[in-house]
Amino acid sequence: MIRSFRVLLCLAVLATCAFAETNLNGAGATFPNPIYSKWFNEYHNLHPDIQINYQSVGSGAGIRQVQAGTVDFGATDGPMTDEQLKESKVKVLHVPTVLGSVVPAYNIPGVSSDVKFTSEALAGIFLGKITKWNDKAITSVNPGVNFPDLNITVVHRSDGSGTTYIFTDYLSKVSPDWSNTVGKNTSVKWPVGLGGKGNEGVAGSVRQLPGSIGYIELIYALQNKIPYGVVQNSSKNFIKASLESTTAAAVGVKMPADFRVSITNPPGKNAYPIASFTWLLIPTTPADANKGKILKDFLFWMLDKGQTMTEALSYAPLPKPVVEMEKAAITKQVKP
Amino acid sequence: MPDSVDPMKPPEPLGQLPKPVVEVPSLAQVGREPKTGVTAAVLRKIRTTYPRSSRIPDFAFGVIILLSAISVFAIVVLVVWELISQSRLSLHQFGIEFFYGHDWDPVNGNFGAMPFIYGTLVSSFLALLLAVPLAVGVAVYITEMCPQRLRAIISFLVELLAAIPSVIYGLWGIFVLAPLLREYVEPFLARTLGWTGFFSGPAYGLGMLAAGIILAIMVVPVIASITREVMTAVPQNQREAVLALGATRWEMIRMGVLRNARIGIVGGIILGLGRALGETMAVTMVIGNRPEVAKSLFAPGYTMASVIANEFTEATGDLYLSALVEIGLALFLVTLIVNALARLLVWSITGGTARVRG
Repeated sequence: MIRSFRVLLCLAVLATCAFAETNLNGAGATFPNPIYSKWFNEYHNLHPDIQINYQSVGSGAGIRQVQAGTVDFGATDGPMTDEQLKESKVKVLHVPTVLGSVVPAYNIPGVSSDVKFTSEALAGIFLGKITKWNDKAITSVNPGVNFPDLNITVVHRSDGSGTTYIFTDYLSKVSPDWSNTVGKNTSVKWPVGLGGKGNEGVAGSVRQLPGSIGYIELIYALQNKIPYGVVQNSSKNFIKASLESTTAAAVGVKMPADFRVSITNPPGKNAYPIASFTWLLIPTTPADANKGKILKDFLFWMLDKGQTMTEALSYAPLPKPVVEMEKAAITKQVKP
Repeated sequence: MPDSVDPMKPPEPLGQLPKPVVEVPSLAQVGREPKTGVTAAVLRKIRTTYPRSSRIPDFAFGVIILLSAISVFAIVVLVVWELISQSRLSLHQFGIEFFYGHDWDPVNGNFGAMPFIYGTLVSSFLALLLAVPLAVGVAVYITEMCPQRLRAIISFLVELLAAIPSVIYGLWGIFVLAPLLREYVEPFLARTLGWTGFFSGPAYGLGMLAAGIILAIMVVPVIASITREVMTAVPQNQREAVLALGATRWEMIRMGVLRNARIGIVGGIILGLGRALGETMAVTMVIGNRPEVAKSLFAPGYTMASVIANEFTEATGDLYLSALVEIGLALFLVTLIVNALARLLVWSITGGTARVRG
């Protein structure tokens, strides 16, 4: 007890030691935390006098802190609503950084091949209307796969999360039933199922429970080699999620001037339908002009050099046209 | 101050001190007098001019202690104040209905705390139900029947249980306990006790039962170590007296030890209950996180601490945030009420004479 106290004390003293460098503070989404840490670290190596700190406290907290002006920038997995923008003390520009997608992971004893899901089947399962694995809605698009007569157990995220936002946003678009009864948010009132905490909680429960299905981030599935299903897109093609098909989702969507766009269920033959941007929230008139300049420089670096580092960490890079559009917007809107 | 001591006189060397029975120097003198120089001179001066000056350090000590005591009170008041002021929006919107509402729908902005209050209470009491007999058993074995060598090992293991981080318990719950429950325990309970309605429905492994068991494991060391301390404090002659009357070992433990230690044991149980009510991480990982009031212990549930931990960071919207803070207020109130009831229980056992530890 006393020892841990001493260690704490030492840490506190170390933490308060001031270094002769410019510190930028950001807070927000947890999903892009690994790539952001990588970027900030690389940028620090290039500019040893600049330190960018990022707290992955969640999108909700990120938005609140940007609104209140307590951080130099924020980050979110779901764009701010009109209402939130209006409430905000500082004017905010959404800057898309990378793309992520959400995949269905399942545990069906005796089935090893990639199971195909139509949007109706996914909505039906998560609404609790399709309760057996050998339901027609599933078997009809998976010829040759022998589904057991097993109850479906739905596993969803219990913690509020951008992943849930993307998934429920997709279900709201493809199923009127879903959008009327459940809707989209970082947490929703799930009609059925168990809640697991984090990707690891959902993946762990799915692995444990025969007959279960859950949704996890693509990056988590890739890094942990978890098999996942194939989803039908709006062109009726069955697409397996990958970095390419995730980037493809962003190509066919018309980008609005403020970059606040949902790219779930996009047009495009090869687009994976459950994908989304993640955004940095940049105050357009920073309180500290020097910090604003640094941040701006970082953003340009991120859009050029930074984009080449994404795939190593299993994040999908931005499409070229989006990068160009962002550069123009940052030059024009962000002061100084 | 004893008048036989003259503070002006320098103390004699240690070897020549008269026997303490005859002359006891005051505590202040023993501590201070060897010092020479200005300080000592001033102290001596003060003591001769104001013979009751030892009141000054006593007074200062008293004030500091009082401040510490008040700070606890102030912290509690601040917490309550903050909880109420931050949940004003939700308090205003839902009123008292919040505490018995069943709906938890962040999309449409309907919030009710009942499933969470239910989940917290049921999982905690289930934990006590399982943990109390086990913990008391462990304590009895350690203090009364254990060979000396084994005693240290078991005590160490019990304390080790308390030191395991709750996230480890949670992971163990997901990967070891839940499959065990799903494959063996829950089907067995459903077959034998399914008719009660408490053990029915699909066996997920994860759910209220798993949460209760995890919590039980976590509170056992708390209750066991306090019970052990209290039982060790029971005077040996109590045991000998009961044995002398011809009691068996069980009767000796029951009448000579447990009866004398019962107030302390209840104190330990209250501490354990406190831990169970507030435990977050491990419970979140195994309870299934479904805001529902279900009779079956197999069904997933949700606790107040879990929902705050799960949803606070990503809560967008003022009403949503405010509702989560009000859950915190509800947790505070529930803890208060449960503790008050536990104390009443102790008073009723002891006839209002004894004080509760913890």
